[in-house]
Amino acid sequence: MNIIGKPRRRVDGRAKVTGQTRFADDLTLPRMLWCRLLRSHLPHARVDGVDTAAAAAARGVKLVLTGADFPIPYGILPVSQDEHALAQERVRFVGDPVAAVIATSEEAAQAAVQLLAPRYTPLTTISDAHDALATPAPQLHTYAEVGNLHKRVGFEFGDVDASFASAPHVFDDSFFYQGNTHLPIEQHATLAAVDGDGKLTVWSSTQTPHYLHRALAKALAMPAAHIRVIATPNGGGFGGKSDPFHHEIVVAGAALRTGRPVKICLSREEVFYCHRGRHPVDMRLRTATDACGKILAMDLETLLDGGAYGSYGVASTFYTGALQTVTYEIPRYRFRGARAFTNKPPCGPKRGHGTPQPRFAQEVQLDKIAVALGRNPADLRLEQLCKPNSLTANYMRVGTIGLGRCIDAVVEGSRFRERWGKLPRGRGLGIACSSYLCGAGLPIYWNKLPHSGVQLKLDRSGGVTAFCGATEIGQGSDDVLAGLVAEVLGIDPFDIRVVTGDTDLGPVDLGSYSSRVTLMMGNAALEAAGRARELIASAVAAELQLPVARLGFAERRVFDLEEPTRGLSFADAVIAAETRHGTLGTVGSYRPPDSAARYKGGGVGPSPAYSYSAAVIEVEVCPDTGWLDVTQVWIGHDIGRSLNPASVRGQVEGSVYMGLGEALMEESAFRRLPPKRSDALVHKFPSLLEYKSPTTREMPPCTTYLIEDPDPQGPLGAKEVGQGPLLPIMPAVANAVFDAVGVRVDEVPITPEKIVRALEEAARGRPARVGPTGFPDVGWPEPLRVAPPWEGGDGKAANETPRRPRPDKDAKDKQVPR
Amino acid sequence: MRAPSFRWHAATSLADAARALAAGGPRALLLGGGTDVVPAIKRRQYVPELLISLRQVAELGRLEPHGASLRIGAGVRLGALAADDRLGVGHTALRRAAGVVASPHIRNVATLGGNLCLDTRCNYYNQSLEWRRAVDYCMKAPAGVALAAPAGGTCWVAPGSPRCWAVSQTDCAPALIALGASVTLVSAEGQRTLPLADLYRDDGMTWLTRRPDELLAWVDVPAAARSTYWKLRRRGSFDFPVLGVAAAVELAGDVVTAARVVLGAVASHPVVVPTESLLGRPLGDDAIAAFAELATRLAKPLDNTDYQLGWRKRVTRAYVVGALRELRGDDPALLGVLARRQAALIPA
Ligand SMILES: Cc1cc2nc3c(=O)[nH]c(=O)nc-3n(C[C@H](O)[C@H](O)[C@H](O)COP(=O)(O)OP(=O)(O)OC[C@H]3O[C@@H](n4cnc5c(N)ncnc54)[C@H](O)[C@@H]3O)c2cc1C
Repeated sequence: MNIIGKPRRRVDGRAKVTGQTRFADDLTLPRMLWCRLLRSHLPHARVDGVDTAAAAAARGVKLVLTGADFPIPYGILPVSQDEHALAQERVRFVGDPVAAVIATSEEAAQAAVQLLAPRYTPLTTISDAHDALATPAPQLHTYAEVGNLHKRVGFEFGDVDASFASAPHVFDDSFFYQGNTHLPIEQHATLAAVDGDGKLTVWSSTQTPHYLHRALAKALAMPAAHIRVIATPNGGGFGGKSDPFHHEIVVAGAALRTGRPVKICLSREEVFYCHRGRHPVDMRLRTATDACGKILAMDLETLLDGGAYGSYGVASTFYTGALQTVTYEIPRYRFRGARAFTNKPPCGPKRGHGTPQPRFAQEVQLDKIAVALGRNPADLRLEQLCKPNSLTANYMRVGTIGLGRCIDAVVEGSRFRERWGKLPRGRGLGIACSSYLCGAGLPIYWNKLPHSGVQLKLDRSGGVTAFCGATEIGQGSDDVLAGLVAEVLGIDPFDIRVVTGDTDLGPVDLGSYSSRVTLMMGNAALEAAGRARELIASAVAAELQLPVARLGFAERRVFDLEEPTRGLSFADAVIAAETRHGTLGTVGSYRPPDSAARYKGGGVGPSPAYSYSAAVIEVEVCPDTGWLDVTQVWIGHDIGRSLNPASVRGQVEGSVYMGLGEALMEESAFRRLPPKRSDALVHKFPSLLEYKSPTTREMPPCTTYLIEDPDPQGPLGAKEVGQGPLLPIMPAVANAVFDAVGVRVDEVPITPEKIVRALEEAARGRPARVGPTGFPDVGWPEPLRVAPPWEGGDGKAANETPRRPRPDKDAKDKQVPR
Repeated sequence: MRAPSFRWHAATSLADAARALAAGGPRALLLGGGTDVVPAIKRRQYVPELLISLRQVAELGRLEPHGASLRIGAGVRLGALAADDRLGVGHTALRRAAGVVASPHIRNVATLGGNLCLDTRCNYYNQSLEWRRAVDYCMKAPAGVALAAPAGGTCWVAPGSPRCWAVSQTDCAPALIALGASVTLVSAEGQRTLPLADLYRDDGMTWLTRRPDELLAWVDVPAAARSTYWKLRRRGSFDFPVLGVAAAVELAGDVVTAARVVLGAVASHPVVVPTESLLGRPLGDDAIAAFAELATRLAKPLDNTDYQLGWRKRVTRAYVVGALRELRGDDPALLGVLARRQAALIPA
């Protein structure tokens, strides 16, 4: 291979470093209007009306919109269509959009927003998941499963209680993982315009133009074929731009009403209110092991604080349980999860979607098991890794697994065996592992269509254009597309024009989420490029009178492999092909294999392949003040194959950086004012200054090992790298803190205050830890019982009740996960 | 976020600035580098009618010896100040403090005068107008805007308290007070010089003794024998201090003959710690420990900055001990993680 596997400059790199990339906020159109939103200043209230007269009369104001203008609900998941572009009868968090002003300048719009007079009747404030359990009424949403619990799920794979009853050891721990947010540097922005023929175009910083396309069609009651969504290059997404957002629908509606382009750029504070970030999760994890610490059964309970709306929350809830099984062998497994509605910005998918929280619990508990049983934590893990090409207890199909080699690499690099448990007080090492999806096996709305499509156009100029709905969010997907096509056609990635993220021009790709793009778009690109290569090869073979098999494609030539000087330039080869076949175009598409899980809810977790990571982290902790410095990180990532190692390293190290932020400082903290004095519940610091995220100063040296073991499901063997390497960081820090000063912080973030508190507990002779001491009573319903494969199961639940008919939903809008 | 409109006056001289300020009335606002004022205007903490820029006032940009002191103009940029080689070893506290304000970009614009006059800060106050509306505002800006604030409103840091508890988070003030600096204020009426410590009041709302018509012209800074500044913040850049410890000592042999220790960011004003107990004897471990105890008692951090207040109090003790041990000449390598953090992040 000439291109794949070699570190090289990204095709979109030059434009980005020279400031030429045009982000949504860089766009302007003639006669463009500006939009600003009025957001609720109350956490929970009935909206009795909005007096808009003064704002409508203000200078420069062209249009004022309220909830009445957007009566149709939408939402990213078919099962939770609970959002409106502007509030209807209720506001549910501080920041919930209520009304919009469209004016000739941003200043005028902002000034007029101050003149809007909303009238509210305050309702009870629900601050967190515990509050939601204790306060079933008033319900935030009447469609909630019970009270203010949005959704409860439960599965049992084998008789877990029986395993616990007979196990030599049982470990029972509670954890809390605080919420945090994506913090992309680019604030969301959207521009909408109506074409001369009445069609709508929306440019937006979105990771999911296809889902936005669907939401716009629904919320605006407009044919999807008349809407074009263009995802501008995102200045970072991390999951925070994966939902259809209020502001996108509002400016689209405003453009349709005014006939003029309408733009909005959110302030940083508003980005905090869009949120969809990491759910705060309470967890109880019980694990039964044999005498040596080998897992016999696991029992996990999770309670998610979902915020005010559904977002991806149902999927997030499933994800807090689904991927526990794909790392270590777990013969029997029970998982019960619930998501609560609270009066805060909605939580959703952030890098790792729902899995970092239980991963933290599992990896910290494994460390405790190792310490309790006198085992080295690296060995304890190595002894019970999932087997390649196996089915897990919950019917996830694991393919290649390079985790053993990842562990070996980081253990050797950090001299973990020689140094763990032996460093002087105040210094410590911690290890943790993880795994992640390479794309969700199912789309978010039920269909059997391709998940990704690629279309190639080749013409007599020798030019190749690759069209795909995939979205460049900074992760390097445009470069993956160009690199794969170039490799197959023997040209340079910079020869290819990449047209992505445009619903009019390219075939559908579901979006940049769930680490799906490299695998799914990549496979589609290989298919399309392979077909183009066949067309060219047949023409060149005829021209040179050679068998097709003797042709090579490289260095912009198509040539005789046995006599390489004989051949055509790539451009001439394309001319030959166009002469022979007519206008040239090929397509490729990809749809993941069917899942082995046939129980309801088994749709979340299956993936064509899983990536694996292992990390060792070294810390220094001040035993007096608890000050914590991360001094070095070693990380191994099982990438299958690196398509562009420079990009892969970037993703690994970016994940380490983001993981350290979650481990050490980031938190979506809220302030509830004294209830006797106020109903207020506000984000504590919706700003880049006070929402603490690490700077380059906090980034320690990081040694990265890329483990290559090509997976047959991936394009040329590639697996994901966008999310997985984040996951081991938080537990590795926690485990390192224990090694340094002997205390457990069973919470994220791990702050000096908490370390000091744990040290004080220890000094008083109490357990040397901070963290939750129990798990609330959620009132779990009966779990679905599915026998694991090795207990004669067939992937179906024994006690599944037939699905309730849902007359209000049409067939294609069926609930996913099934 | 966009700023509301205001009138603009670019002052050309100290006298011109003083005149404009006197004429401007209560809604006139001085602008140094604007690194604090501009974001505050966007958040509608201030809605000034007139901004008086000091950028072109040449007198304010000077830095020169003045007798045994250094005279530093209010317009001197913090980045330039931290790098100026007229600051000697005895000015280490100032060099360090100026060198750790905010981030390099901000230090390139921020002025010393702006730093010394910096508004007190609070997690309930340094927020957008919309955010503050959600908590029904606070005592410092009861109707949304702080300038010309009417009375009323709750201090959410200590509801029921009659005063505002916003925090003094300037880095340079504690350092300069520890060095024994004096400050000269100029108005259309004349000028007056006072010890820098006397510029500050223990009041989150009226944090300066500066009259509204006065502007800060320069500080005179004597050199101490030894001085240092330790700053606590979560990250190695950007963050305001949540604790600052400035210390300066004179030694005869190893006996302390004079000492000044000032705590920043633990009250509405820089807190000067009485140092009698340190005088007339060496900086022994016991003396340091007892003094650190006293300093910690005087630190009154509240729940309105980053980090929990109990922990900030605990670190006060560690920082005072660390700073005095540094001045005593202890090997920094023995001072632990926190000290290395100071050393690693602060230009020599
Ligand atoms: C992200 C960020 C981080 C920051 N971190 C820190 C930090 O770590 N430590 C710190 O100390 N500060 C910090 N600051 C605040 C600020 O940048 C500095 O205090 C800076 O020194 C202020 O100087 P300036 O010239 O920009 O002041 P300006 O913003 O121009 O003015 C600040 C105040 O001083 C008044 N003023 C200015 N000049 C005079 C004068 N000559 N006479 C009388 N009044 C005057 C103004 O009217 C205003 O009230 C930070 C700011 C930001 C945005």
